[in-house]
Amino acid sequence: MNTAAPRKPSTEVIKEASMLKQKVMIDENFQRLSTSNEEGRKVVSTFVPGNLNELLMCFDVDRNFPEINALQNGMRKKSGRLIMEAERNGQSEDVCTYVKSDLGMIEQGNIGPTGDKLPDPDVLLLSYTGCFTFMKWFELVREKYDCETIMLHVPYQADGTITQNMRDYVVKQLKDDVIPTLERASGVKFDIDRLRQYLRQSQKAEDDLVWILQSAKNKPSPIDAFFGGVYYIGPIFTAFRGTEAATEYYQTLRGEIKQRLADGLGPVTPEGDFGKEKFRLVVEGTPNYTNFREFWKMFYDEGAVVVASTYTKVGGVYDLGFRHDPDNPLESLADYCLGCYTNLSLPARIKMLSNYIDDYQADGLLVNSVKSCNSFSAGQVLMLREIEKRTGKPGAFIETDLVDPRYFSAANVKNRMESYFQMLEQKNATQAA
Amino acid sequence: MTVQEIVDRCQALFDDLDFNAVKDWKAANPGGKAIGYLPIYVPREIIHAAGMLPVGIFGGGDQLEVIHGDAYYQSYICRIPRSTIELGLTGRLDSLDGMLFPSICDVIRNLSGMWQLLFKDKYVKYFDVPQTYRDEIGGAFYIHEMQALREDLGKLGGHEITDEDLQNSIAVYNENRQVINELYDLRAKQPWQAPTSEIYLLLRAGMVLPVEEHTQLLRDYMDAVQAEERPRRDNCRVVVNGVFCEQPPLGLIKSLEMAGCYVVDDDFLLVTRWLIDDVPTTGDPMENLSKAFLHHSAATSAKFEPNKADKGRFLINQVRNSGAEGVVFAAPSFCDPALLDRPMLQEALNRDDIPFTAFKYAENTGQMQAIREQAGTFADSIKLWSA
Ligand code: SF4
Ligand code: SF4
Repeated sequence: MNTAAPRKPSTEVIKEASMLKQKVMIDENFQRLSTSNEEGRKVVSTFVPGNLNELLMCFDVDRNFPEINALQNGMRKKSGRLIMEAERNGQSEDVCTYVKSDLGMIEQGNIGPTGDKLPDPDVLLLSYTGCFTFMKWFELVREKYDCETIMLHVPYQADGTITQNMRDYVVKQLKDDVIPTLERASGVKFDIDRLRQYLRQSQKAEDDLVWILQSAKNKPSPIDAFFGGVYYIGPIFTAFRGTEAATEYYQTLRGEIKQRLADGLGPVTPEGDFGKEKFRLVVEGTPNYTNFREFWKMFYDEGAVVVASTYTKVGGVYDLGFRHDPDNPLESLADYCLGCYTNLSLPARIKMLSNYIDDYQADGLLVNSVKSCNSFSAGQVLMLREIEKRTGKPGAFIETDLVDPRYFSAANVKNRMESYFQMLEQKNATQAA
Repeated sequence: MTVQEIVDRCQALFDDLDFNAVKDWKAANPGGKAIGYLPIYVPREIIHAAGMLPVGIFGGGDQLEVIHGDAYYQSYICRIPRSTIELGLTGRLDSLDGMLFPSICDVIRNLSGMWQLLFKDKYVKYFDVPQTYRDEIGGAFYIHEMQALREDLGKLGGHEITDEDLQNSIAVYNENRQVINELYDLRAKQPWQAPTSEIYLLLRAGMVLPVEEHTQLLRDYMDAVQAEERPRRDNCRVVVNGVFCEQPPLGLIKSLEMAGCYVVDDDFLLVTRWLIDDVPTTGDPMENLSKAFLHHSAATSAKFEPNKADKGRFLINQVRNSGAEGVVFAAPSFCDPALLDRPMLQEALNRDDIPFTAFKYAENTGQMQAIREQAGTFADSIKLWSA
């Protein structure tokens, strides 16, 4: 165990230039959304996995991501009461809390996490990638608004490959359904060259993102690929992929990390520099947002850094080679949708995680299983066992939730993590002897 | 056969968690293969056309002791995947040569991957279905999916499945559905003659028996019940909704009836009634099956409803057509599809002034007292309200 006295949580959070830049981007987007309806800009709500941000930009529409609103509300400790509001209005305690946080927010006047009013959507673009709950979510939201819903059905990669039939199906939907509906709703004619231009920007940002995520292969790792990773994926998983702002953000971030590497530094934590790297972990599953900093602190106080995670792949698996392709715009959008992490089969997820453990020289795997998300959680126990068997590295399993504070028990998680670190320490000591 | 004899036979099939009916079929059909499928829908016509026995797997019920299965799942995931795993790991599904996992929710979806890992020597297929309903888009995709299944099963069975094979099988399943629809009509008219606790067992028998035998069994039952005068009770008439995947224990269905509710329509074992009309037996069979799926199939939580105004329409029609007076929403605990759909369906019922009550269950729910009381109060309120 780390014998140094744990740092006291400080109220002042350390931020780098890239973080400040991202904050400005996000705040500006919320502000923009707050005036969309009044200023006559059309609004499309859509989900992170399989989002078509570049395509949406071709229609000059504002993009609203309900999942981001839910997680931001979680981070700002607002989600608990929103979830209870949704439950008071008839939602079951059993179902995904992202949905309930969103519905509760709508019920309470649709004031977004930053305090800005969120707009009524003109279109709900239901990218049905990697999660069945998305479908119910937008059917429920549709009940509250008079707006169109576009279903983009993305088949599941059950056998670990994208077949031509799957790709054709998605492309056909884009051509015959998604694009014509967006043209009609926005009044803007689709221009494929404009799409290509955005995809070119995406490619650049994607190259940088992959470089950033893979920098964790170094020892010590200059980044935390889960807690820090949540910030790194922010722009590219949401309303900014394809924009110059995102490209610049990733350039800045890459520069910062390059410098950290040169200086032999570990990740930046909310309390400053990381200190000595003791454990390298791979994390499967989502973060907990209601107690995000507290959770992260349990790691950095023990010298544990996350070197790879699957959560940073929910909005696109780029590190295995995929890039948006301006030469094949619609096909590459289809492949993007089909390739998001939760759309992969369980065997494919196991292979990916096992490879991460090897490639990133990790000491073990942590599964954070969340009550909300069947898409992630159903099957994780078997995944853990299989990965332990294949890699010989020990795993740990904890249970929390994304945005429901009732399911985060700090004491339980801390106990579990402490005994896991103890076990890793003993294992490392035996190996060193 | 008497009603009792038929019901006893179905009960024995239902209780038999070793699937001896499948073993018997295989013994009588040397070299024959059996293919399992999970809820809610697979085109069983294709399995049948391959000369194979389709076998519906609907979890372990309340009689199976789940030991291994629980170790694979967190407490906040429904019961059916764990009891299905239990059935598999204890060798009870060894007589199956393959398993189909239809596109119904993330739990079943991920279970398909678990099956690939746990039962490496078996044929495993996740069977995707379209959520867009235009023939040239969703239909084209679906025909491909069905074609892939057709080719896989052709290989597994050692012979190609011809169009004629498929047309014959379509006819056989059309007949089965027609008879089930007649049975449902009979129950809607005279629920005391054909109580749901029996109808349910009859439908479950269709999950393990060859379809031809099942059709005959249904006919025998209808003949037998019509020959008997059975006691009529002063029950209210309800549609049960939400029971399309994990099954409630039989005791729960009986409790509803004992509490004063005649179930006159439901979404049990939807695979038997998924397609609403007959599928044409001439022309391209794949196209026919596809069109039936896209344009003439049941509504359920696992299916996208493209038109807001039509949300709940199917359920309301069930209520109207069966002459029901209310709806009982019964959903498995932790079932996202059913539980998220519920408020929308309830809203639609509210608009049409149709009363409802709602509860959750698990396949191994043991205590029926609370449910019986709730259903009883609901039945009483309906009777008061309509008096
Ligand atoms: S089930 Fe999971 S992937 Fe789906 S909306 Fe909820 S948290 Fe997101
Ligand atoms: S009971 Fe519901 S959540 Fe569970 S497998 Fe069935 S559809 Fe999915």
